[in-house]
Parts: sequence; structure tokens; C-alpha cells
Amino acid sequence: MAEEESDCRGGARVSAVHLKLGALAGVVKEALLSSWELASEGTALQGSRLRIEEIPVVVFCPKCQASGALESVQWFACPRCKGPVSEVIQGRELQVTALEILEREMQNEPATAPA
Amino acid sequence: MNPQPRLLEVRQNVLRQNDVVARELRQRFREAGVYVVSLVSSPGSGKTAFLEKTLSLLRQSYRVAALVGDLATDNDAVRLARAQVPVKQITTGTLCHLEAAMVRTGLEGWELEQLDFLFIENVGNLVCPASYDVGENLRVVLLSVTEGEDKPLKYPTIFNTADAAVLTKMDLAEAVEFDSVAAEVNIQRVRPGLPLLKVSSKRGEGMGEWLQFLAVSRSLESREPQTVGA
Repeated sequence: MAEEESDCRGGARVSAVHLKLGALAGVVKEALLSSWELASEGTALQGSRLRIEEIPVVVFCPKCQASGALESVQWFACPRCKGPVSEVIQGRELQVTALEILEREMQNEPATAPA
Repeated sequence: MNPQPRLLEVRQNVLRQNDVVARELRQRFREAGVYVVSLVSSPGSGKTAFLEKTLSLLRQSYRVAALVGDLATDNDAVRLARAQVPVKQITTGTLCHLEAAMVRTGLEGWELEQLDFLFIENVGNLVCPASYDVGENLRVVLLSVTEGEDKPLKYPTIFNTADAAVLTKMDLAEAVEFDSVAAEVNIQRVRPGLPLLKVSSKRGEGMGEWLQFLAVSRSLESREPQTVGA
């Protein structure tokens, strides 16, 4: 994905990848971060950073007619009434949301962008 | 010169490619009228024994077949062939889960229209298979009584993405002092309302309920209006 973008932008460099990671995505943040450097070696993403935004599990309670964040993924209970909830409306994300691009001529100073 | 990098919004699912293939598969399955059941569990929970029993019982009334994922051997496929139904092995090598594209390849040469049920046995693993849709209608997570009652709490994601749970090796429950109530409570905690069945593949207990559950699930699916996605 990043390589495609880089290619069609005349070799612009991707300096960071923004990723939304849901608590129910089945992927561990630490594992992603530690494998990032290795996996990106020799690709358009070499030297880039991975910025992970962790997404909590948000459920909808039919009884309260309201949504709320789970206190624990080990207990699918409504944060208000504590009743069982099964409708997950957020928390399965494993999604690249944005790429930080350095155009060719500004590659020298990889600045820190707001997270 | 502006050193600030430009932010380019993309919004793309990392597993998009898999999701696209899984959607294609689901469409194909629907058009062929085959009901697809995937089995996920940890290694050694009795998936193959359970599947062998299921296939040999189900073939008396339905046209059934199975795809079996395994890291290295074809032992499972050999065992399942004893049920006298078409079985194909997908060897994943070092990959710890099945992906939709592997299922698609595994299905090459099969006429899906000739089937009522297709079973997909995933690689024994309670982590990664949770993230990969393989186009199934029903995802069944197995938990054997020898694994302990707290497995659902340790692997909430796979239980949460499942459509049914099966407690296997019930014939050993007493010997290992399995607390069936605690297991049920834990399953309901991570996935409220999940249908739960208890079986002994060895002795056949609970298999009748399981077959009935499959038949009902299949008939509900075929009556449902055409929906997109899962």
C-alpha cells in the first residue's frame, strides 16, 4: 500500500504509518512495533515509524439503548447496567488510516508530526 | 523548505485482501447452496476426531466434504478420509492460520454445487485464525475439557468472533474435574448468547444435538435474504 503511494508520487518517502488497532483485532501492539523495523527493511517503509492508535471495544447495550466502552475484553457487559452485550460497534479495527509523506526534496529532516 | 511531512489519509484495512477474497468465497458458497462451517481451536482439542465423527454421521443424509489446514503433515486428512467423504489437505507450512486465498486454492477442482456442507478445519491456534475470515457461514470454536475452564478468558477474541462453541471430550470431564458451569459462565462473559454444545466424539454423546444444530443453522441461512458481508 505504502509502496504504491510512494511509486505514484515519484519516490516520495513514507516517514510514518498511522494504524488503528482495536482491542479485538487479534494483534498485539508490542509485537507489531517490534517487528516493524524488520518487516519494513528493504521496502518503501524502511526507516519509517509505526504510530498505533489503540481502539477500545465499544459495545451497544439494547437495554440502555446506549453505547459504551468495555471495561475488560474478558467481560462483555454493559458499562452502565452490567447486563450482557454482544453488539460490538468498535474494537475490531486493524486499519491503516494515514501515511506521513516526505516529498523528495524535503527528505533531510524527518520532523515529528503531531500524533 | 517545509520539513513537515504531509499527512495522506488512506483508511484501508490491513487484511483487506483477505476480506475481499472471503467475500468472493461467501458469494460462491451462497450461489452453490453449500453451507460452510469452520472449526477453530487450540492444538489437541479434538477437532479432527470431532470432524471425523461429524462427517461420518452427516454423510448419511447430506453431501459433505472437508478442507483441512495443517502446518506440515497430512495425518488429519488421512484420518478424515476414513469418513469416506471428499477431504483435501491444505498444508500451510509455517503459517499458523488459514487465509481465504488458501481456501480458494484448496477448492480448485471441486464442484461446490454437489455439496450441502463444507467443513474447514483451521490450523490449531486460538489467536490468528480469529482475524482471518475464510468465507464461512458458521465459525465454531472448540474447547476440550482437558484445557481448563478459563480458556475463553485467555482468548476472548476467538470466542467473541465465533458463532457457536463446542465443549469436546466430555467423556473425560469427570476424570479431569472439569467445571462445566464455570466454562459456560466464562464463554458467556466473552460472548453473551453464544450457542454451546457438549459432545464426546469418542462415545457419540451430544452428536445428535450437534447435527440438529447444523441442520437448523443451514436451513435458517438458506431462508435468509441475500445480505452482503458476514
